[in-house]
Amino acid sequence: MSASPLLAVEGLTKHFGRAPHLVRAVEDVSFHIAPGEVLGLVGESGSGKSTIGRLVLRLIESTAGTIRFEGQDISKLPERQLKFLRRNAQMVFQDPYASLNPRLRVRDIIGEAIDAHRLASGAKRTERIGELLETVGLPASHMSRFPHEFSGGQRQRIGVARALAVEPKLIVADEPVSALDVSVQAQVINLMQDLRQRFGLAMLFISHDLDVVELMCDRIAVLYLGRVMEIGSSEEISQRPRHPYTRALLAASPKADPDAPKIRRMLTGDIPSPMAPPSGCVFRTRCPMATDECARSVPKLRSAGDGHKFACHYDTANDERPAAA
Amino acid sequence: MDKSPLLSIRDLEVRFRTEEGEVTPVRGVTLSVGAGETVALVGESGSGKSVTSLATMGLLPRPAGRVSGGQILFRKRSGETVDLATLPSSDLRKLRGSEIAMIFQEPMTSLNPVLTVGEQIAESVRLHMSLGHAAALKRAEEMLELVEIPNARRRVHEYPHQMSGGMRQRVMIALAMSCNPSLLIADEPTTALDVTIQAQILVLIERLQKELGMGVLFITHNLGVVAEIADRVTVMYAGQVVETGTVGAIFRTPRHPYTSALLNCLPARAQRGEDGRRVVQSIPGSIGPVGDGCAFAPRCSQAADVCRTGSIMLEAEMERSVRCVRWREAFA
Repeated sequence: MSASPLLAVEGLTKHFGRAPHLVRAVEDVSFHIAPGEVLGLVGESGSGKSTIGRLVLRLIESTAGTIRFEGQDISKLPERQLKFLRRNAQMVFQDPYASLNPRLRVRDIIGEAIDAHRLASGAKRTERIGELLETVGLPASHMSRFPHEFSGGQRQRIGVARALAVEPKLIVADEPVSALDVSVQAQVINLMQDLRQRFGLAMLFISHDLDVVELMCDRIAVLYLGRVMEIGSSEEISQRPRHPYTRALLAASPKADPDAPKIRRMLTGDIPSPMAPPSGCVFRTRCPMATDECARSVPKLRSAGDGHKFACHYDTANDERPAAA
Repeated sequence: MDKSPLLSIRDLEVRFRTEEGEVTPVRGVTLSVGAGETVALVGESGSGKSVTSLATMGLLPRPAGRVSGGQILFRKRSGETVDLATLPSSDLRKLRGSEIAMIFQEPMTSLNPVLTVGEQIAESVRLHMSLGHAAALKRAEEMLELVEIPNARRRVHEYPHQMSGGMRQRVMIALAMSCNPSLLIADEPTTALDVTIQAQILVLIERLQKELGMGVLFITHNLGVVAEIADRVTVMYAGQVVETGTVGAIFRTPRHPYTSALLNCLPARAQRGEDGRRVVQSIPGSIGPVGDGCAFAPRCSQAADVCRTGSIMLEAEMERSVRCVRWREAFA
């Protein structure tokens, strides 16, 4: 690790409810994000990716683990001491229809953030709102409109402008382009990449779409049932995946190319309930390589070099079925 | 074997009455599905693809929506061809579920929550195949086995809420297959599913299609799914078909600027820019109000004056059709 991380998460755990209905949503998750870096969280339903996004911003409370923002552990700070976090870390939500107050004008949706931190008032405030709208590719004159007057893509731009209003260092983006049409999705992806470049933003980018994550992110963490299966650079994860789950996920994603090999090898069965995760490796019930050992012990993340780590008892580099343990 | 296609939609137009007056979400759809063939109908929000599928099944919300032009010709097992757009609803009801089956995006809202999955399949079988109660339930169990639901014998007695999303979609498919349909209309059947489950369902639909020789009209917005499953592709934009071709032709040599631009919007097709960053192409703006000329012209990088007047016809030749007056120049 070079520079000290902007965000460092260690052993993060979140359980909902209590036995016998305890849901282990996030289990012992660790990662860090350097200033200006974009980390992708990918996974399917129940992988805990959205929960992690919310934990990091203290929108919900963790069960265990530490969350350091610029070196300070924020996981236990009382809400009144969190103002610096709110000023430096913002969220962009999935649904551009549900995340903007329909009764407020755009001016006030963005203005709320400015007012909360007393960043500007009067004419300065209006000027700043116009500037933010132009930053996300909307005319400043649109500030007196209501959300329903915009298309889905434009609303997502407003959501981004609101997040940018406090000049944050970190943006947690939870499926920010998943609800958008492909042509509009591309616009928003490009906008987020431009902004990242321009403002040196770090991001925690949550998505189920591997293609989008590979494009947007420097590094990727692959989650399954609340645990990190594999983490590494985008290139390593997409070109040289080591964990059987990552490989299965890549193989199951349909390629927009009729010449690409069709989906043949695929995972059988369903994702287990996070209320009753399998013992040992949580992926073993669907893993084509699982052995008795996988039911006995939880595989620790181990290094494949260059910050690439994977949690599997077996080294899958050669795609060989391991000898029975 | 009869040469005429199983389903042939010609110049379909659908109108809806709304508070703000009449709208025409579908205003020129021509497509066909042959026996044993999978045709993907692809488009973004507002393209009219779902309204087209609802019209085909006779499920337009009434009285607001109606077919206001064109034909939906379906070749029945008896060899007779009927126009689904004008067929009396009692005849249409007989066809639906027996010769034409449907599956939808959200299996939970399409299944009856207070009946076991076995009862639901048996109900359809009894209705269309005149089987007795015990025989129908037996058939339901066989159908669950056909769609690879483990422990079919036990699960035939389960309720939809006891199943996962993927299992429910399998039940939907079992229900659709129970009367041996010759045409399956699948409207975004994998959109709500996780990618590893989607893969299972796509492989299942493909297998059943081959085994049973069904024609499949697969409605989706996902180009990856299209490449995976389709023999031919029909692309829609703003209520019209803009291009049709084999899956290879559409992906390799798209002729309509919209098809081409849409493919380039895919993150997997991102290109490295001058600064070394990978950038994906986008299409400016969004689907807007339809006026004179080509509906895509306001967003098209190839648009010229000729694109902005009159109505643009679908030029058809053999396996290929395109609705663009400039496609030869645009890709010269």
